[in-house]
Amino acid sequence: MSGTTPPTVRLANEIARQFAHQPPSSAATAIAGHIERFWDPRMRTDLQHHVATAPESLDPVALAAAKLVGS
Amino acid sequence: MTILKEPDFGTPASTSSTSVTVEVDGIPVTVPAGTSVMRAAATSGIDIPKLCATDSLEAFGSCRLCLVEIDGRRGTPASCTTPVADGMRVRTQTPKLEKLRQGVMELYISDHPLDCLTCSANGDCELQDMSGAVGLRQVRYGYEGENHLSLEKDTSNPYFDFEPSKCISCSRCVRACGEVQGTFALTIQGRGFESQVSAAGVPLMESDCVSCGACVQACPTATLQEKSVVQLGMPSRTVLTTCAYCGVGCSFKAELRGDELVRMVPYKDGGANEGHSCVKGRFAFGYATHPDRVMSPMVREKITDPWREVSWEEAIGYTASRMREIQAAHGVGAIGGITSSRCTNEEVYVVQKLVRAAFGNNNVDTCARVCHSPTGYGLKQTFGESAGTQDFRSVAAADVIVVIGANPTDGHPVFASRMKRRLREGASLVVVDPRRIDLVRSPHVEATHHLQLQPGTNVAVVNAFAHVVVTEGLVDSDFVASRCEGYEEWAEFIARPENSPEVVESITGVPAAEIRAAARLYATGGNAAIYYGLGVTEHSQGSTMVMGMANLAMATGNVGRDGVGVNPLRGQNNVQGSCDMGSFPHELPGYRHVSDDAVRTVFEQVWGRSILPTPGLRIPNMFDSAIAGTFRGLFVQGEDIAQSDPNLAHVTAALTAMDLVVVQDLFLNETSKFAHVFLPGTSFLEKDGTFTNAERRINRVRPVMAPKTGKHEWQIVCELAAALGYDMPYTHPREIMDEIAALTPTFAGVSFAALDRLGSIQWPCDEDAPAGTPTMHVDSFTRGKGRFVPTSFVPTSERTTRKFPLILTTGRILSQYNVGAQTRRTANIAWHPEDVLEIHPHDAEVRGIGDGDSVTLASRVGATSLHAVISDRMPVGVVYTTFHHPVTGANVVTTENSDWATNCPEYKVTAVQVALRADAAEAAAVPGTRERAVVD
Ligand code: SF4
Ligand code: SF4
Ligand code: SF4
Ligand code: FES
Repeated sequence: MSGTTPPTVRLANEIARQFAHQPPSSAATAIAGHIERFWDPRMRTDLQHHVATAPESLDPVALAAAKLVGS
Repeated sequence: MTILKEPDFGTPASTSSTSVTVEVDGIPVTVPAGTSVMRAAATSGIDIPKLCATDSLEAFGSCRLCLVEIDGRRGTPASCTTPVADGMRVRTQTPKLEKLRQGVMELYISDHPLDCLTCSANGDCELQDMSGAVGLRQVRYGYEGENHLSLEKDTSNPYFDFEPSKCISCSRCVRACGEVQGTFALTIQGRGFESQVSAAGVPLMESDCVSCGACVQACPTATLQEKSVVQLGMPSRTVLTTCAYCGVGCSFKAELRGDELVRMVPYKDGGANEGHSCVKGRFAFGYATHPDRVMSPMVREKITDPWREVSWEEAIGYTASRMREIQAAHGVGAIGGITSSRCTNEEVYVVQKLVRAAFGNNNVDTCARVCHSPTGYGLKQTFGESAGTQDFRSVAAADVIVVIGANPTDGHPVFASRMKRRLREGASLVVVDPRRIDLVRSPHVEATHHLQLQPGTNVAVVNAFAHVVVTEGLVDSDFVASRCEGYEEWAEFIARPENSPEVVESITGVPAAEIRAAARLYATGGNAAIYYGLGVTEHSQGSTMVMGMANLAMATGNVGRDGVGVNPLRGQNNVQGSCDMGSFPHELPGYRHVSDDAVRTVFEQVWGRSILPTPGLRIPNMFDSAIAGTFRGLFVQGEDIAQSDPNLAHVTAALTAMDLVVVQDLFLNETSKFAHVFLPGTSFLEKDGTFTNAERRINRVRPVMAPKTGKHEWQIVCELAAALGYDMPYTHPREIMDEIAALTPTFAGVSFAALDRLGSIQWPCDEDAPAGTPTMHVDSFTRGKGRFVPTSFVPTSERTTRKFPLILTTGRILSQYNVGAQTRRTANIAWHPEDVLEIHPHDAEVRGIGDGDSVTLASRVGATSLHAVISDRMPVGVVYTTFHHPVTGANVVTTENSDWATNCPEYKVTAVQVALRADAAEAAAVPGTRERAVVD
């Protein structure tokens, strides 16, 4: 909801909420697959930046997924 | 081309498969059983005189002009109401019949003004034609007796007049309004000589009339006549084309006098509309020649500078050099384009090719992002194809019709008329919508169930439906076993108690018993069809909901034949087409992912450029990246993103941050306020190409006039590509379609020549289906097995709070179209002069708001003001508005929330507060003062 959350973090967290019913590991794989299929590379890079600098801003499953995504 | 008059067989075709042979005036003719004698005669080339019959309406038998003699039968039966019987011998011309018909005509003419030579219908009047046909030579009765000649004209409708003195009380208009349109605005009042057509005793504009024009078309005289014909005279030539408004894609005869468009008449052979229309396509074409249209290219250095008219060469050269400068400084990916669902397939295709081949990236998206992108995603995941499953005709075979988050009578009126016809015949209706849309209760139509859910809880409702199907043993096990995969996992998920109607009741607000009953009806009521609109897609779980509906249809075996399916009602005329044409940043034409090496190779060979294998930016990502500084140049084809996109403060901040915004459009619009280059576009009357409607039907758009700006839009794009050093040397749009067909398997059999031959084609069209595919997934799904996908309900993060205690949902109305750039420039404005806020009496009362008061509407991102309309169509706690007028800028308040899978904005759920304006008195005069972070 917060307007100050970086867009890629907000989007990754939104996706993670949709996969919350799945076991974390398969959810992370599915989210990573989704991001690779639909995100522009600069958004992936930006997400990696947040993984490195503010991992706490990411939902744990989103964080796990982000780590699986190549930038 | 001369004027095209379609044959009128007098009564509708019979669908019987049994044949009957009769003899008409000695000519044998074989027709389906149930055909009228009149139609059989017409089929063999014999036109029996008629006045009250026309083949769009059931026979009525009132005028007695169509009498015939039948061997072995007494009297002179009316041929329109008499069905053929095997071996029947009919005579249509005998001295007795001639006398009878002349007598009938004489009576009509004796009460009709004899001003034929100056009448607007001269040359297009059936009364005139019939006088000739029956050989009327004298009228023995004068005007001295009682007559209707002094009755007053009703000129209240902006598009057509009603001149009752010319009326012959044939009741064609009354029947057209009921049978064809389904509005029942007209009746015949009085009996005998007193009988008169009436719109409930009030002028048409004050009646229930929705100005569809069906009565005007049905009227055999000048009684109901287009004002444009009265003013300009009878047209003399016809060009067949397609409406450029909504996703129904109605076919029209554009009728011209010289080069002037006189009227648009719906085409009987149109696959989508079969001779019907709505007020937009039929009448609202004046915008095409509106003086506001920009005719020359314009350029300016800064958005604060005044526009400077320039030559095409300068505008294109300037655009190309600025785009290249941006790329040199900020990288290849720093520019992109947005395609328009209002443009033709050919125009869209060249823009995405410009981006991919000349810009060298995949930063192309389309305005479908903000409406139906979840449809593409959801149906592709489950069925394997990003499109609806049926043709429109299919609704005539449906027994249960479920309408979810769509308002067809306003949004897709011509399809709604088909649907209402089927409902009047007895099909059951379930409406799932927070708002009591007109369909819930309208003349002769009543929904069996209206599930008035809380906005944002669609997935909970569809899951509860499926829960009932699975747990009550209503699954079509044979269908699931032979056609689908993933069922076990899905069934285990859906059967969990959390998905039961009883548990979700507190979330959705829909009584559990109501959901159970509706689900049983859907699963067991025969052919069940789902139709849905933006009330499904424009949510944070838009894609999930599309998959939820697909799951439900598969579980009950409601896919793959007539009368069933999952059907998106698409918003704009070419939403389907713009998506098909590769407008998404991750997909090449035909919905093939850019990472697919084989597909890319095919395109690379023909285009002679390499294509990036990674997805580009979607529209919301473009805005985010613009603010971050990595995206700086944008080509916008015919879309007003600064009015139609959500969270306008964010959009305007993004547009302001860009170095170059190029807008191609008819009019200066909200977006062009942020533009550096304006390239004037063409209206549909100038375009040459194709549109693809919601049923995948590719229709031809034929030019009625040359481009008023001197250039076709595809030419401009090709010249821009050339200026960027990439040649797209097409000489005609047909060559663009040939390239599309060569590169896109689902379009393999499509060409302008095939379209001219077949009228229209529903893709997939290939060797196996050379005439196209009306119903998809017949024997197997496009992806092989239909795939069940578990769809957990995840509530939107947009919640009401103490500060914003109401939910705003948005929609549109019949007479206006999207951001209204076109309809606001026509007389349609008479029906919708401003956007209003509908609010429940209870919510209004606690705020001290009265009907018509000026109110502020505020969300956490912005505020605007409009007039309130008190209405109990919404549940308590939900308010509703439309977004047709920039002055109100309803999207000032919508937020950045979006569908998780596609980033389609969550327009349908925004937490808001509504308050009476403190300065209500002065605001009453000025609706739509808006406040936002970045002013326009
Ligand atoms: S225009 Fe359409 S709605 Fe109005 S009276 Fe005629 S048929 Fe009925
Ligand atoms: S208005 Fe036209 S269609 Fe209607 S009853 Fe009169 S003549 Fe017939
Ligand atoms: S229903 Fe849609 S396509 Fe048909 S006339 Fe109306 S706006 Fe045009
Ligand atoms: S046309 Fe048959 S009765 Fe009028």
